[in-house]
Amino acid sequence: MRILEIENLKKSYTTPDGEILTVIDVPGFALESGEQIALSGESGSGKTTFLNLVAGILRPDGGRIFLGGEDVTALSEAARDRLRADKIGYIFQTFNLLQGYTALENVLLGMMFGKGADKGFALGLLERVGLGDRAGYKPSQLSVGQQQRVALARALANRPALVLADEPTGNLDPGTAGKAVSLIKEMCAESGAALLLVSHDDKVLGNFGGVKDLGEINRAPRGGIEK
Amino acid sequence: MNRENVGGIFLIAKKSLAQHRLSTVITVLSVALAAGLVMAVFSIRDQTYDAFTGGPAGFDAVLGARGSQLQLVLNTVFHLETSPGNIPWEMYEAIKENPNVELAVPYAVGDNYRGYRIVGTERSLFTDLEYRKGRKLTLAEGELFNPEKREAVVGSYVADKTGLKAGSKFNPFHGLVFDERQKHAEEYTVTGVLEPTNSPSDRVIWIPIDEFYRISGHVLRGGGGTYEPRAGEEIPDRYKEVSAVMLKLRNPQAGFLLDQTINRQGTAATLAWPIGRVMAELFGKIGWVNNVLSLVAYLVVLVAAGSILASIYNTMNERRREFAILRALGARRGTVFAAIILESASIAAIGAALGYAVYALILAGAAVVIRAETGVVLDVLKPGPALLAAPLAMIALGILAGVIPALKAYSTDVASNLAPLS
Repeated sequence: MRILEIENLKKSYTTPDGEILTVIDVPGFALESGEQIALSGESGSGKTTFLNLVAGILRPDGGRIFLGGEDVTALSEAARDRLRADKIGYIFQTFNLLQGYTALENVLLGMMFGKGADKGFALGLLERVGLGDRAGYKPSQLSVGQQQRVALARALANRPALVLADEPTGNLDPGTAGKAVSLIKEMCAESGAALLLVSHDDKVLGNFGGVKDLGEINRAPRGGIEK
Repeated sequence: MNRENVGGIFLIAKKSLAQHRLSTVITVLSVALAAGLVMAVFSIRDQTYDAFTGGPAGFDAVLGARGSQLQLVLNTVFHLETSPGNIPWEMYEAIKENPNVELAVPYAVGDNYRGYRIVGTERSLFTDLEYRKGRKLTLAEGELFNPEKREAVVGSYVADKTGLKAGSKFNPFHGLVFDERQKHAEEYTVTGVLEPTNSPSDRVIWIPIDEFYRISGHVLRGGGGTYEPRAGEEIPDRYKEVSAVMLKLRNPQAGFLLDQTINRQGTAATLAWPIGRVMAELFGKIGWVNNVLSLVAYLVVLVAAGSILASIYNTMNERRREFAILRALGARRGTVFAAIILESASIAAIGAALGYAVYALILAGAAVVIRAETGVVLDVLKPGPALLAAPLAMIALGILAGVIPALKAYSTDVASNLAPLS
């Protein structure tokens, strides 16, 4: 069963000079349930924009995105928010943990917008990522690697069908990065979530059997867009 | 909005208040000050109005020398003003026998003890008058004075402040303002101390009216000529005069009749009736003072609401990333909006709750001053509309103050406030 299917996805930005720059032009892309795919791409290739479109954070200019059979592009913003909370886990390069919140609260807060707070499950996830004894710690009290693992626990908190990971090891040293990718893959596999990871790091990409080059599936001209 | 979302809203608001602890505390204190001030201003206004217009002495009218009704009431009921003059004893006798009058009690004023007024009167003040429905002036200790002796019954406040108690002796001082050089030679013995009435009567020393006349230097002019009473000597009624006669009327119609005959047809005396109306006229004249105080209180409330707005709005820029993360986690725009509104409402609600403490402090301070000056006692616990309306209005304003920052949070762009696009 396909968890993600994309048809003729397009996204453009208007520059301050009034020029229209097409960032995403993907004729087709699909991901099966439980599948783990890495997308490679250079900086400026539109990786984050692509993931934000899939997550429903950005609205495309054209095309359709089906998530679990549901057309994301036809949904209202509130419905996309709900869908994101229920079905998507998102791991950011900078982790984007909420600084004033403990590790446990970071995990629980995501659940509150989705299927409901389940403290036992949240603690179990933290235990699984090796932070059972750090549940009450705030991000500033954790190492970078530990923060990344909290972000992973948060991404899996709502038992999502799809996990999006945007350069999840970009802020980690090479040793930690390898372990982190393995953990992400392991936990996604355990939960049955499909994984779509984007990275430009060959070592990270080397962990995946299926690696696709975003440059090949995205026909938008390289504009070096940094937004 | 489901229960879990509500939990998220509360968590976001709670975290923000904790993260911005200093500005939260300062803003809460400013709201507390504003709410307390408004409650105090309106409560003091209402309570003083009720106290001054509600006939605290239990009388309906005052008969006194021709002149100002207000001066008459202030002098005899509130023991504040100077006496407008005296009326002859026969006028007291006549009004006492009037079928419209249920009770007539004569007052003679003009002396003090350490600034507290000494009023010459009759025992009927204690035995016949109900100063409040079903309540008479009762003794906390001792007994009533003997009308033929130099004895005194002391109000509770006077007893507190001067230390006078049953068996104490004191010398009156001439005049209504305390002047050590004006000491009378006569020595009076306190026979009793009254229970507190929370009225101006608590600030009075009551002595027999004949013994008031017999104080050295008191010259009676009731009969046209002058007469200086001496100790042990019967005073002929024709020479006696009183500062005022306090009246309890049989019914409201009696007031109309007496007003007609004394104020409109007569020229010898003034009837201040009804006492509440006379005092209400005073409040009407000084109403602008209340208006100014109310305006100041309203402005303080507005400033407090502005401080809520400023304290939350100032955090908006630093929190754009937080809002973007929350949205990326699945929080709806409405959730973020509601969290900010809850935050501002919480500040206002906590402030309003603390406002009761500020209110109590202000009222307690004001009560001490007002009681010392007028004898009127303010009750911190007395319910009034302001005690409910002011906190609710403060919370409503707090919610309104949160709308602008909430809109800013609502409109936060998610993608541009997350990590830079690759």
